[in-house]
Amino acid sequence: MIQFILKRLAVAIPTLLVLIVVSFFLMKMAPGNPFAGEKTVPQSVLDNIYARYGLDKPEWQQLAEYIYNVVFRFDFGPSFQYRDRTVNDIIAQGFPVTFTYGAWAFVAASVIGIALGVVAAVRQNSWADYLSVGFSIGAQVVPNFVMAPILVLIFTLWLRWLPGGGWNGGHWSNVVLPVIALATSYFANIARITRSSMLEVLGSNYIRTARAKGLPGWKVIFGHALRPALLPVVSYLGPVFVGMVTGSVVIDLYFSTGGIGQAFVNSALNRDYSTILGITILLGALTITANLVVDVLYAWIDPKIEL
Amino acid sequence: MLADNRIKTVTSVAAAPADVPAKGRSLWRDAGRRFMANKAAMTSLIVLIGVVLFTIIGPFFAKWSIEKVDWSVVGNVLTAGAPSFETGHYFGTDEVGRDLYSRVIQGTQISLLVGLVGSAIAVVVGTIYGAVAGYFGGRLDSAMMRLVDIIYSIPYMFILILLLIVFGRSFIMLFVGIGLISWLGMSRVVRGQTLTLKNREFVEAAIATGSKPRDVIFRHIVPNLLGIVAIYATLLVPEMILLESFISFLGLGVQEPNTSLGALISEGAQTMQYGTYWQLAFPLVFFITILFTFFFVGDGLRDALDPKDR
Repeated sequence: MIQFILKRLAVAIPTLLVLIVVSFFLMKMAPGNPFAGEKTVPQSVLDNIYARYGLDKPEWQQLAEYIYNVVFRFDFGPSFQYRDRTVNDIIAQGFPVTFTYGAWAFVAASVIGIALGVVAAVRQNSWADYLSVGFSIGAQVVPNFVMAPILVLIFTLWLRWLPGGGWNGGHWSNVVLPVIALATSYFANIARITRSSMLEVLGSNYIRTARAKGLPGWKVIFGHALRPALLPVVSYLGPVFVGMVTGSVVIDLYFSTGGIGQAFVNSALNRDYSTILGITILLGALTITANLVVDVLYAWIDPKIEL
Repeated sequence: MLADNRIKTVTSVAAAPADVPAKGRSLWRDAGRRFMANKAAMTSLIVLIGVVLFTIIGPFFAKWSIEKVDWSVVGNVLTAGAPSFETGHYFGTDEVGRDLYSRVIQGTQISLLVGLVGSAIAVVVGTIYGAVAGYFGGRLDSAMMRLVDIIYSIPYMFILILLLIVFGRSFIMLFVGIGLISWLGMSRVVRGQTLTLKNREFVEAAIATGSKPRDVIFRHIVPNLLGIVAIYATLLVPEMILLESFISFLGLGVQEPNTSLGALISEGAQTMQYGTYWQLAFPLVFFITILFTFFFVGDGLRDALDPKDR
């Protein structure tokens, strides 16, 4: 087990380093000067500004210090755009929002998706089955940036039930639409994966044996069939997490929830390089960690995988 | 003379029986028949061809260009900018009075182009990369695949956005960015398939007759990969279109006055609350149609070509 985790870490850590180095040098290659304003600034003032942000040192040293600060002190440095704020401030402001609706969406997509998938498989060719199949086809062509406007159209403009944007300190009515918009396509995919793997498990010999020895139906399903049927779902959770993180950019932008995605796009449009760099690295580290956790979880659940 | 004739007859006799089964059933002919029998896939293919033809022929009927502002509708888009044949705005106008018909056509063209270019890069790079890694195996294989693993687990969306910001938003940068990641999945699929192919008799026979590795890969392995590559490439097109639309939705895609379906959907979604639903509806219909048809065509190809699922 430990060897397996070490092996995975041997991929994850270089990946993270590559991510930091690539993003760092991309930022360095960016044209223009983050401090170029409308007024021409005397060279001595510029030198002072550069010294303040550590930009007067050689690039390899800047990189080394940046990595050191990020890894050991969790410090992403000052924002180039907002002089009185650090990148950490911006992240600390946006992250809780993104985490709130992201976690709800993750839980909702997994629970409802698995439930619907199991029902669809157990009652094959019933309404639940058709619903899950229909959903999964639909979800493939309706990405969250299409889902969001449609939801707002229905629930905000026509029915007037829910607000079409804003965060309002995380009031439930502001959370519902972002969660639905973010969760729908993953929920449908989870239902489809659960359904097909459940069907496969239900057709296997040991399930027939369990039924033949007279176990009640629910016991067969929850005691015997569910665990092996969930294996493919677990391996899909990594991509779901990545999707939630990137999807949050759309959700923040469309619903003005003020999460980390909004900070990312704003800083991208404002050329706030240090903030883009910080958010890219943070979200990259999160997705890499999530993939690592899913890999380990999968190996732990599935006895067939040799560690 | 006589000897020549005899040889000719002999070869023609020998060739004849070999021709007959080739005419009857080949893998591709079989696949073609299965594909034609698949109603969903055939309908999708026809609709898709229709959309492509529309983007080619459509511009000839346009009365407005993509950037010309119709000043008669400005300020009164809700009534004057609605879809109508009289004004020449068949799909209405956008919020600033530009013709949506022309813009939807251009958006569709760009979305299709992005999908095809991304897919083409995946086919060329991914096939060669995967086939080389799979064929040579050993250390080269694990090094090459480790590289793919690493690139794969980088959140490419952010890198792509980064690229577009740093090097400016242009078509070329978009294609480069999409090309950088589109081949990864393909190389994995191809490698897996190559691993099973390289132990088959015909490959061993080719090696035994002294073919060079390059010839074995391109003459014997790659042709046998075409089926799976075709399936995967078709399914990759909608993925690339989604990716580009996502970036355009964020306002980081191609620059005005050029547009793409993602950008049009984004604009339409913002103005929806004023009642100008056509600004969302037309690009959305084209977007969903393209994605749907590509998925069904890809699915149909898989059913037709993949021997595993039969």
